[in-house]
Amino acid sequence: MVDAATAHRAIHVPAAVRWQASPAQTAALLLIALFLVAFLIVPILRVIVVAFTDRDGTFTMVHFGDFLRTGLLREAFWNSIYVGVMTIVVASVIAVPLATLLARYRFRSAALIHTLGVVPLVMPPFVGAVAMQLIWGRNGTVNLILFDWFGFRIPFMDGLNGVIFVEALHYFPFILLNLSASLANIDSSMEESAQNLGAHGVTLFSRIIFPLALPGYVAGAALVFVKVFDDLATPLLLNVSNMLAPQAYLKITSVGLADPMGYVISVIMVGCSLAAVGLASLALKGRDFASQQRGGGGLSQRTLGRAGTIAAACLVIVTLALVLSPHVGIFLLSIATVWSFAPLPDGFTLAHYATVLREAAPMIGNTVLYCGLAAFIDVVLGAMLAYLVLRTRLPGRRLIEQIAMSAVAIPGLVLGIGLLRTYYDVVLPGGQPLATFWLMLVIAYAVRRLPYAMSAAGAALQQLHGSLEEAAENLGAGKLRVLARIVVPLTAGGLFAGFVTSFATAAVELSATLILVTHAADAPLSYGIYVYMQSAAGRGPGAALGVIAVVVVAIATFMAYRFAARQRGLRSREMF
Amino acid sequence: MLRVTTLRFCGAVVAGLFALSTAHAQGIEDRLVIITSFSKDVTTPFAHAFEKKYPGTRVEVQNRNTAAAVAFLRETRSNPPDIFWASAPDAFEVLKKNSLLRSYRPKAQGLADKIGAYPVNDPDGFYAGFAASGYGIMYNTRYLRAHSLPAPKEWDDLKKPIYSGHVGISAPSRSGTTHLTVETILQGEGWDKGWASLLEIGGNLTQVSDRSFGVPDAVNSGQYGIGIVIDFFGLSAKASGFPVEFVYPTVTAIVPANVGIIANARNEKAAEAFVELLLSDEGQQILLDPKIQRLPVRLSTYERAPAAYPNPFKDTRLGTAVRFDVDLSEARYELVNSLYDRLITFRLKELNAAWKTIHDAEAKLGTNASDAAKRLIGDARRLASSVPVRESEAADKSIAGSFQEVKPGQKVAGRQAEFEEKWDSFAVKNYAEAKAFAEKAAAGR
Repeated sequence: MVDAATAHRAIHVPAAVRWQASPAQTAALLLIALFLVAFLIVPILRVIVVAFTDRDGTFTMVHFGDFLRTGLLREAFWNSIYVGVMTIVVASVIAVPLATLLARYRFRSAALIHTLGVVPLVMPPFVGAVAMQLIWGRNGTVNLILFDWFGFRIPFMDGLNGVIFVEALHYFPFILLNLSASLANIDSSMEESAQNLGAHGVTLFSRIIFPLALPGYVAGAALVFVKVFDDLATPLLLNVSNMLAPQAYLKITSVGLADPMGYVISVIMVGCSLAAVGLASLALKGRDFASQQRGGGGLSQRTLGRAGTIAAACLVIVTLALVLSPHVGIFLLSIATVWSFAPLPDGFTLAHYATVLREAAPMIGNTVLYCGLAAFIDVVLGAMLAYLVLRTRLPGRRLIEQIAMSAVAIPGLVLGIGLLRTYYDVVLPGGQPLATFWLMLVIAYAVRRLPYAMSAAGAALQQLHGSLEEAAENLGAGKLRVLARIVVPLTAGGLFAGFVTSFATAAVELSATLILVTHAADAPLSYGIYVYMQSAAGRGPGAALGVIAVVVVAIATFMAYRFAARQRGLRSREMF
Repeated sequence: MLRVTTLRFCGAVVAGLFALSTAHAQGIEDRLVIITSFSKDVTTPFAHAFEKKYPGTRVEVQNRNTAAAVAFLRETRSNPPDIFWASAPDAFEVLKKNSLLRSYRPKAQGLADKIGAYPVNDPDGFYAGFAASGYGIMYNTRYLRAHSLPAPKEWDDLKKPIYSGHVGISAPSRSGTTHLTVETILQGEGWDKGWASLLEIGGNLTQVSDRSFGVPDAVNSGQYGIGIVIDFFGLSAKASGFPVEFVYPTVTAIVPANVGIIANARNEKAAEAFVELLLSDEGQQILLDPKIQRLPVRLSTYERAPAAYPNPFKDTRLGTAVRFDVDLSEARYELVNSLYDRLITFRLKELNAAWKTIHDAEAKLGTNASDAAKRLIGDARRLASSVPVRESEAADKSIAGSFQEVKPGQKVAGRQAEFEEKWDSFAVKNYAEAKAFAEKAAAGR
């Protein structure tokens, strides 16, 4: 991998010009800082202050000592680390072949596969859990069939390994999306040079392609780790409570509990997440991944022969069948009359869809509006921040990046309470408190998903050589024009990945939603799913809403993909 | 978008003006905001009944789980909603302690003061019970048939080795109603014997769910076969077509579902009218709806109930066997929750393993065990069913205070984390030793 990287370091211009930032860039950084202070730091500090105070309100670190002294929590800590690392391994096994295949060969259905590859990120609350159990659980479809035919069961959903299995199915798109974006940005001339020198197959992949795509892979893997480390839905679904996230959640959400340990664990999780991201950027440090030529628009794509096509199709179908199995379950649930202790539902009906379309139609529009806005904010702020971090030497830019990144580890409930505490007394004209205005929900979604967009944009920017921007500037283009004509089009793939991850995960976010929604008319789909899933009769309609959420995300992804692909196509035509 | 919002806003203003005129005629406000943890099945019929009775008043229902609801009410003192409506008595206690509820004595007559041994209303009038529910056992009939298991009838059945790995419950720290069931067992059987029962049943549990509805959800799916649940979860699942049954054991806990008016409620007249509606003949009748299935607190309502409808005022099995001491329950509320989590929820695997080994050893030894083996089994049983806290300690103000929000200056015995670590290591050590003893007994014969 050194060959590829050093080849470019030689021509890397030490651009003193870029060290200085324009007033606009300084203002942009201040704006981001202001956003984070207002909607992340202040609200969060107002809640987690109890982690650092004793009963009389004086500062203390004794609770962190308690954390270290508690055997259960030490165990939980190591379990979380283990699950995080192993999930990266399993998720890579799913994502890397799929991403390589899509980047390397020409598929007619690439857009469709990309879209389906994102869908696993959308795991509707409660419905997803029920569906997972019905498919993979101890008495789920797979195990009932196995037991009937062969007389044994496989504990897919048992203990820490079960958590790894489910998390990998759920979060591998982080790697898929970011790696695909990176692969698409590799200059095909690099590959051709290597081929001219005699590199083929595995050598070509392991020495040239994968190293050059490393920023995307590492960004995705770091997100997987952080997300898994902080995910509580999956451990709770599998009844694994000795991990950090569920321990924090169970403490924070117990009614009337005075124990600060939940917040202490949250602080520790934020620390671990930042450490993981720091480690990831350390792994990329001192290497240069940028390429200057932008003609090929990614690896040279080949057409597969008949046998190759069949093999590739098999791989894609098997992978998609595996990762989409929960969604197949949700779909079956949404058209099922009753489904209990059986491989398939007893009967089928469309009545649940009629129910939700009658009762919950406005929620669809709300979800598109809120999540679209939130993802848009994320892409704009995330790309701006990544750009400022990589292309300027503004003081404090790293700190702001770290703060933004820490949002990924903040439990939604904590952020929700913090926003309520800070903004409930700020009253809008018309009498509504700012905290319960629907825009606050957008902000809560955006804050918690900013890290995704930031990582994705950062990875894309790392592959974009600064000299391209300089060349444009030398030709007389202003900063804004450079941004619009060079930076944005050339990083479109990364921005797409950021938009999609933000949108997809926001569409099913529940914990902050549940605390901030005050009018049924303003509620998004996730709230509707929660409401239905509180009763036995609501299971079908809840699943139907879940399917609608998945479809909404799939459509948004498909459109975003088309947009990104068009940008990429546009740019190659324009430049050559 | 802007246009949509504007339109919606104009619509709301027009509707509001119209509502104002009719609502004023009735003397109540034109809005009523309810925070509830109840499902749509419960809230919708009541909201409709209210709007029908008071045309012009619009009912806004905000569904939140209990934790989110309490957090919301704490942060919105300056402009609070009007009604809090939920099962969990602990949530009402927390709100009461934080002065977030307003005292109101309902005018409705003909209501019960007590259901079984449990008082229906808060003695200070901050919240009122509007319905009751009994705890019992729910099971999936297909699951039991596939595993050739008999249907359980009594709590003690759940201790039997055959049910190992087939039973689920929600954690008392996560479900106020499960907490009351646990407390009923502790008061009924006594502290030490009660814990021994809980731990022995714990040995068979496959899941301690973090939310009440998680248990019926799993039984409905057939993930496991038997759940310890509140009656309406079982009954409404059956009514929705799932292959499940529900039974009340001979002695069971009856727990109330409550309603309270929030302090400084904006629409307090409407709030009072809502409480009265819940308790009225008409409101109590709604409880009999098959999708709701809760036990009315109005005695006369039972006359019009279906024949098989459980009646806690006639049926002496329901909750009468235990004299429930409310003060004792309150004093150790948080401590009992934490203790249950340390001994059972978070060490379920270890507890399961200990009891499984004991049961296997007993099955292997049969009746012709040697004295030494019997002694070993006895020790193992004792270790796997003992509790690290004495009853007197549990009610001790300074120890219990370590788990509560206390007034500044009140002495507490330590930090919650310190106790929890002690209990956790107690559990881990005991369960490991119990397992070792049982293995030794089985090996030695």
